Amino acid sequence: MLDIILARMQQKHRTMKFPYGPAPQMPPRYLGRPAVMPGDCPSGCNICREVCPTGALGRQGRLGLDMGRCIFCGECAPVCPAQRLRFTQDHRLATGSRADLLVDSEVIRPASPLDAQRKRLFGRSLNLRQVSAGGCNACEADTNVLGTIGWDLGRFGIHFAASPRHADGLLVTGPVPANMRLGLLKTYEALPTPKLVIVVGACAISGGPFAGHEEVADGAGDLLPVDLYVPGCPPHPLTILDGLLRLLGRLPEPGKD
Amino acid sequence: MATPASRHPGLSNGQAVDIQSLPIMATAGFLESVAQAVAQGMRVSAFFAQPLDQGRLRLWAILAQDSQSLLFPYCTDLEDAHYPALTPRCPQMHLFEREVCEQWGVEPRGHPWLKPVRFHAPYRQGQANAGSGSGNQVGVTDYFRVEGEEVHEVAVGPVHAGIIEPGHFRFQCHGEEVLHLEISLGYQHRGVERHLAAGPDRRSLHLAETLCGDTSIGHATAYCQALEALAGDQASARAQMLRGVALELERIANHVGDLGALAGDVGFLPVLSFCGRIRGDVLNMTGLLCGNRFGRRMVRPGGVGYDLDSAVAAELQKRLDILEKDLTVALDLLWGTSSVMARFEGTGAISGQTCKALGLVGPAARACGVERDIRWDMPAGIFQFAQIPVSTWGSGDVHARARVRWLETFRSIAFLREQLANLPAGEIRTPLGPLAPNHLAVALVEGWRGEICHVVTTDAKGNFSSYKVVDPSFHNWFGLAQALRNQQISDFPLCNKSFNLSYCGHDL
Ligand code: SF4
Ligand code: SF4
Repeated sequence: MLDIILARMQQKHRTMKFPYGPAPQMPPRYLGRPAVMPGDCPSGCNICREVCPTGALGRQGRLGLDMGRCIFCGECAPVCPAQRLRFTQDHRLATGSRADLLVDSEVIRPASPLDAQRKRLFGRSLNLRQVSAGGCNACEADTNVLGTIGWDLGRFGIHFAASPRHADGLLVTGPVPANMRLGLLKTYEALPTPKLVIVVGACAISGGPFAGHEEVADGAGDLLPVDLYVPGCPPHPLTILDGLLRLLGRLPEPGKD
Repeated sequence: MATPASRHPGLSNGQAVDIQSLPIMATAGFLESVAQAVAQGMRVSAFFAQPLDQGRLRLWAILAQDSQSLLFPYCTDLEDAHYPALTPRCPQMHLFEREVCEQWGVEPRGHPWLKPVRFHAPYRQGQANAGSGSGNQVGVTDYFRVEGEEVHEVAVGPVHAGIIEPGHFRFQCHGEEVLHLEISLGYQHRGVERHLAAGPDRRSLHLAETLCGDTSIGHATAYCQALEALAGDQASARAQMLRGVALELERIANHVGDLGALAGDVGFLPVLSFCGRIRGDVLNMTGLLCGNRFGRRMVRPGGVGYDLDSAVAAELQKRLDILEKDLTVALDLLWGTSSVMARFEGTGAISGQTCKALGLVGPAARACGVERDIRWDMPAGIFQFAQIPVSTWGSGDVHARARVRWLETFRSIAFLREQLANLPAGEIRTPLGPLAPNHLAVALVEGWRGEICHVVTTDAKGNFSSYKVVDPSFHNWFGLAQALRNQQISDFPLCNKSFNLSYCGHDL
């Protein structure tokens, strides 16, 4: 017993201050929220789209980057001759709608809180069921990390449940292979209503690096009503936490913090 | 007949060969050569079919002779849609033969149980899925059953209780005792290998990075090594060193996470908490290298995506010191707790003989006392110049699998210290030339779970004509099933965690 106490003292208290103190610092090479800078693309330029592995860049009228498809491989920004693409250090990527994932400026459009009724139900206690449907285990791992003592998700009343019957929401990762479609839908049905759906990672939003493969459904978006989109490949744990806390209305709006 | 080794001088890891220089064996001779090679102690690193024109198929076997650091590629062009199975003579072939059968409809006659592997549509139109099972509906197949009055069956999954990938497990139990465990996967199948074979294109590298996302560095390194072999180019010494640093960080992070999870599975929460936190710190060290905790963007064809300056190297050294200290305290506590050791020792044991027959790899094999480590046996990249001793433990049980991880973690830390203090100068990335046409390249990497094998063949234009990925989990899932024999069913989580195999790496 004494050795446990001594080891515990050596390991120290580790839970981060965030969101009541500063957020953990991102590594300098982290690629966060993309920004499309004002200006014009040189006429006929297609270079960024040629290097993008997932078709995340489009130019209907104006240049746009779809964070739902982007795997943050970083190939596009350095090849742009007009320097119109930039990746900021901002971890706040989660949005409440698919359309808000389309970036065509420097403006941030973070997720807004749930409606009053659902916020009253889930705001202080949220049990999530996680289903990995073809995820590569990186999104899963960095969701799992939120349960470690550094992040301590439990202090926000958010827990992962072992059964869909005990859950208020579903957190989906992966592009949803044909072989997991039934498993995912059955899990969703088994959740009592009202229920939330959170999709984490490019895969679950759009199919990610596997988009277009006939073996997958290109994510859960067409199968389930999604309340929160968390882009990334994988998203940093802080991005996932940020999304969850915004959904529950527990973070101030950007610019007001 | 000629000894297998006399047929071809053999390749080293990360070498390409002109396919036209390889003898195409008659099928009977090919099968005999594979069986003989395995009988002489070689391992089957890969076995797959390559589509030729007019619907013909070529079977490839890549045999590894660890003692000589050589790889022998054997091939045969099939005349028929069947051949006599190798599995009865060579148990480590069982899953490979099922795989080729499911993909291409080639029946290995005499295979003991030809079941689906991933439950997908056949690769060729108009061809039935061979083997038992009803079409490609996932999980629907015949399962091994034990009959008897007090025998019962427990089915678990595909969706599990935690944040875990999906898979289906069936236990045949007599009371608490597991007589047999059958593992049926395929839920994570997303067509990675099939799409890789259509490359190389701008997505190929990213498929390599995500085919098993907790081993991004390992698989991306194998992919790049294969490409570099085909292009006849080499990454610079500096780039190879940086790849090695990233690979060992990946190993440490996962091993530490597994040690914590093992503690958690026997209810010893302090070490679960400590290791969970420490693992995150190691992922952050990878984040310092390339900005991503899983090493995405780090390994690139021809080198690496990011350089390391001396300030970051110093920061990493500092973090290694803290890591070593925290980890020593956490793991000394683990080994010193008798209730933990009582659960670890003797649980889920596999003999060295079973390990060799099944062709297990990585820490699971080394925990059976089998010295098998690509970094040592078939070194490529930095491991040609800087060696890490092979870590083994003899007892083959959960305790041994934990101890091997522990030994490896500290040896990797020592390796990192040395590398970070001796950064060679040079470019970090050199552009690759075109890929050689009609060549075959084999790249092996010792990932944290064991041997990662990528085999690539090119066509007349230098595009891929086949791409084979063998994740270590492909070899090891059956080891887990074996480890459960005559164990208490309540020990399953512990045994499972002691292997911690990949679902997506298996399902591809
Ligand atoms: S960073 Fe995103 S948008 Fe840019 S090339 Fe990569 S996937 Fe495409
Ligand atoms: S989004 Fe990226 S990290 Fe997440 S599961 Fe898909 S491939 Fe893996």
